[in-house]
Amino acid sequence: MAVQSRDAAIVGIYEYPRRRAPGVSVLQIKAECAARALEDAGLTWKDVDGLYDAQDGPGMAGLSLAEYFGFKPKVIDTTAVGGSSYEFHASHALRDIQRGKVKVALLTYGSTAASDARRIGTGGGMAGWGAPSPLSNMTEPWGMTLISNYAMVAHRHMYQYGTTSEQLARIAVATRAHAMRNPEAVQAMKDLEFENIREITVEDVLNSRMIADPLHLLDCCMISDGGGAVVIASREVARDTRQKPVWIIGAGEATKYVENDGDITVSAAAQSGPVAFGEAGVRPDEIDVAMIYDSFTITVLVCLEDLGFCKKGEGGQFVSEDRLHFQAKLKPALNTDGGGLSSNHPGMRGIFLLIEATRQLRGQSTSQVPDAKLAVAHGNGGQLGGNHTAGTIILARD
Amino acid sequence: MPAPRPQPRFPEPDTQPFWEATKEHRLTYQTCRTCSKVVFYPRRHCPHCGGRDLEWHDSKGFGTVYTYSVVRLNRHPAFADLGPYAVAYVDLDEGFRMLTNIVGVADPVKDVRIGMRVKVRWDDQESGISLPMFEPA
Ligand SMILES: [Zn+2]
Repeated sequence: MAVQSRDAAIVGIYEYPRRRAPGVSVLQIKAECAARALEDAGLTWKDVDGLYDAQDGPGMAGLSLAEYFGFKPKVIDTTAVGGSSYEFHASHALRDIQRGKVKVALLTYGSTAASDARRIGTGGGMAGWGAPSPLSNMTEPWGMTLISNYAMVAHRHMYQYGTTSEQLARIAVATRAHAMRNPEAVQAMKDLEFENIREITVEDVLNSRMIADPLHLLDCCMISDGGGAVVIASREVARDTRQKPVWIIGAGEATKYVENDGDITVSAAAQSGPVAFGEAGVRPDEIDVAMIYDSFTITVLVCLEDLGFCKKGEGGQFVSEDRLHFQAKLKPALNTDGGGLSSNHPGMRGIFLLIEATRQLRGQSTSQVPDAKLAVAHGNGGQLGGNHTAGTIILARD
Repeated sequence: MPAPRPQPRFPEPDTQPFWEATKEHRLTYQTCRTCSKVVFYPRRHCPHCGGRDLEWHDSKGFGTVYTYSVVRLNRHPAFADLGPYAVAYVDLDEGFRMLTNIVGVADPVKDVRIGMRVKVRWDDQESGISLPMFEPA
């Protein structure tokens, strides 16, 4: 393994435990998570000098959030690129720490998507709102739901490579097995009134209701409330924090969008992955834990391929081998917290990828991979079959 | 009667000429005079080279289904009671890819295929514009 730069580490994490939080505001969720993540690190409110947030609270997030928290940060970064925003923030925090601008970076997220009954995947009231854009004018009239956008990627993947619904289902099966070991995920499924809260089989996925061909209900993530915070600190600060540091050793960012001759089965991960792995000096086959944004099963399959875990088109075979489950013979274990499919998806899941990867490298997961040394957190934001972003973060323990 | 579909909204200067042309059932796209590439959706600049000298053309309206999905659940009032319907990206023969619906089939679940040839079919809207959809060619 190459010698990586170890300039910044995740030293504090907190995941908001409730997936239904009526009467609590986004700001309150963020502040509680921030306080507890700092507590986890053994740091205080005053130590924070960099604030990273995806503008999902009240207007002018950089200003209003600093004021609400009571911070006067030296760096404010409100990059908002959907669910991968937090991988972008981790990448930017690493850069800002390396430049000496920041010593303690705080990433925050909060959402009340479930309590607000936001129908994110199935045609909420978004169409016709906000200022028109070229993109809104060229998409809204045809009734493409978010799920059907991802489904179009799945169809094309099946057409080009022979991928099957059974193969996609394996991703949901592994994720649910991990969720059943995570008490917060089990409670989430109860609170969100899931039917059949138990381990599931490939047949369960195939027999679940079709939402947008070829994606079934159990190919789709939940919509929950939730939130979280991550504290990233410089090497000097990380030396004295309470938890073992989890180093950020590689970071990549990318965008992709519909192009006239584009290949919809290739995601922005094909650009962000090589950058992150190159920077880290590690190969995908060395990764113990893959935290991959599982908005839908197809998202995971495509991203595994594009990150280089297997060749393009071979993802179906790759997920069918003895891997994904935390006790499987082959690497990597996938979404060991239960993922967006079965634990937590308040709209932008990227922060939980960093949080669970950190738990794994500390040895604190409810589905702990023995002796996990290397993890990847890969966020996908926007729509996989349309405009989207990818953020890849490679993490290592000492 | 279902609620009306979401309509393109104006002013929106990049796409307005495209929607104006639909009133005459013309499906339009652009090419760049600087780099000769096809530009779609319509813009004032070329996303391939940054050029600002673009030319409008009428498409013949024939293409191939690049990919599709059949939507079984959309809670938006315009679509909630439609029954299953197909959304698709269609590659037009002139070299541009557009989002659309595939219509004119008995059962979208069984009768739409990637690679199938399609031609444009206009769906006139009360707002005055017409929505380009596609049916088997
Ligand atoms: Zn050009």
